[in-house]
Amino acid sequence: MPDSIFETSELVINMGPQHPSTHGVLRVVLRLDGERVISADVVIGYLHRGIEKLCEQRDWMQIVLITDRMDYIAAASNNLGYCETVEKLMSLEVPKRARYIRTVLAELQRIASHCLWLGTHAMDIGAMTVFLYAFRERELILDLFEEYCGARLTYNAMRIGGLPLDIPPGWDAKVRAFCDILDTKVNEYEELLTHNRIWRERTRDVGIISGQDAIAIGLSGPALRGSGVPRDIRKDEPYAAYADFEFNVPIGWTGDTYDRYLVRLEEFRQSVRIIRQALDGLPEGPIIGKVPRLIKPPAGETYHAIESPKGEIGYFIVSDGKSNTPYRFRVRPPSFCNLQALPRLVKGHLVADVVALIGSIDIVLGEVDR
Amino acid sequence: MTEPTRTIAAPGGPADPPPPADKPVPQFLADLQREIGSGVTALSYWVGDWTAILSIDRLVAAAQYLRDAPGARFEFLSDLTASDWPPRSKRFDVIYSLYSISLKHRVRLKVQAGDGEPVPTVTVVWPSANWLEREVFDLFGIRFAGHPDLRRILMPDDWQGHPQRKDYPLEGPGEMLMENPLDWLNLKHREEIE
Repeated sequence: MPDSIFETSELVINMGPQHPSTHGVLRVVLRLDGERVISADVVIGYLHRGIEKLCEQRDWMQIVLITDRMDYIAAASNNLGYCETVEKLMSLEVPKRARYIRTVLAELQRIASHCLWLGTHAMDIGAMTVFLYAFRERELILDLFEEYCGARLTYNAMRIGGLPLDIPPGWDAKVRAFCDILDTKVNEYEELLTHNRIWRERTRDVGIISGQDAIAIGLSGPALRGSGVPRDIRKDEPYAAYADFEFNVPIGWTGDTYDRYLVRLEEFRQSVRIIRQALDGLPEGPIIGKVPRLIKPPAGETYHAIESPKGEIGYFIVSDGKSNTPYRFRVRPPSFCNLQALPRLVKGHLVADVVALIGSIDIVLGEVDR
Repeated sequence: MTEPTRTIAAPGGPADPPPPADKPVPQFLADLQREIGSGVTALSYWVGDWTAILSIDRLVAAAQYLRDAPGARFEFLSDLTASDWPPRSKRFDVIYSLYSISLKHRVRLKVQAGDGEPVPTVTVVWPSANWLEREVFDLFGIRFAGHPDLRRILMPDDWQGHPQRKDYPLEGPGEMLMENPLDWLNLKHREEIE
């Protein structure tokens, strides 16, 4: 007697590049046995704009603007990483006030990025309400950024050596008010999802990856911490003003989608904690250091990484000391490196879980493809 | 069609300043030098970063050692990239940025490779090198010997040339393809007839 009266065969389908739950133009080629994924191949490059090549033709100041266009959900974090790398290359001192404001901006950005992630991730799985709530709070942050620098998405908010603008009067009070709002709203998200039976069924034990495997495959950021590896560049290699503040690094236990969700949710609270401390201790003083009029770092190279909302964003920059453009400009994009784990995560799961897993590793295609 | 002309004022190679005499070499690098011997051709130190320049045949041995040695423990490959220095006979540098999650320190490795010279893959040491090596292959045209799946990743599969090379024209057929596909097709057609 045969195992099955039906003849079955493997099916190859394309998910994307135009698919609402791939968060942009991502194509995943899935080999399916019924509903189960046997293997997956990720096809990227649809949004490749040659940003690295472009930056090698622009002078050092203009590049800040281009970094906005990589991870456009977290532009301030990209600016921060780039500016700090050039400052390291030039051994520039950044005033304390500028470092504090940078920290506030980076943490607001982390909350905004996590809001977008939470909303779209929940919507992919079917919880429509959370999307509306999370975007409501993200809107408040965009308003704060608009008041600070005039832009809502691509901020160009930092300069090499400091900041272009001091905070407007009354801005810190508004940030504090936002922190109070967010405190209650995060509890609201938790009420909607954390103990929701459907949410738990859809996320628990989906895409489990052990800490050791996660390190080997190059995961970073909340995706790595979800697997129980307490690695946070803000703690391990403090930059900006993080060394002055107290905060905890949340880690997961099993390394599934649910743990990655819990880690990011806790990061909301920790970010609020950092913002409050930074505003309390905000020193007076200049906002930009002694920067030469013509920026031309001495010949040499360096790699510097910061903790963006998605993971480790690193810049490797080579200066030849003669021209006023970088000789080599390289970004280590966290989304690109995290996306590499997708084929390993989806293996053996259902097609519907692929959607949950793409959301769970939190990618931005602008950064994957550059 | 006018020939794309652009003179490249490329320097002959990276600065790679040697460490100052009063700067002690980290223990893991001293151990690496003892382990690999003449495979470490030079050490470099600049703005707080250590770089070990390796010869290409000892790269995998050095990577293996740095990942597993108790004093080094570089289990996380932060970044893998390349840079192009056309006047040099071995024109490419392949650069590995390593980080140790358990011991919290960093180091960079660097090997030099000529045009067409294969570089051994490090995917056996760090699986995360897979896509990063594909990207370097795509944008620089450096082949990685033993790589499990060496395909283009960012550029289209039928793309000609490697855009991150310094002698890649900033204008030319590649640009024409984007702006006016018909011109490009005509040009291609004419070439085929000839």
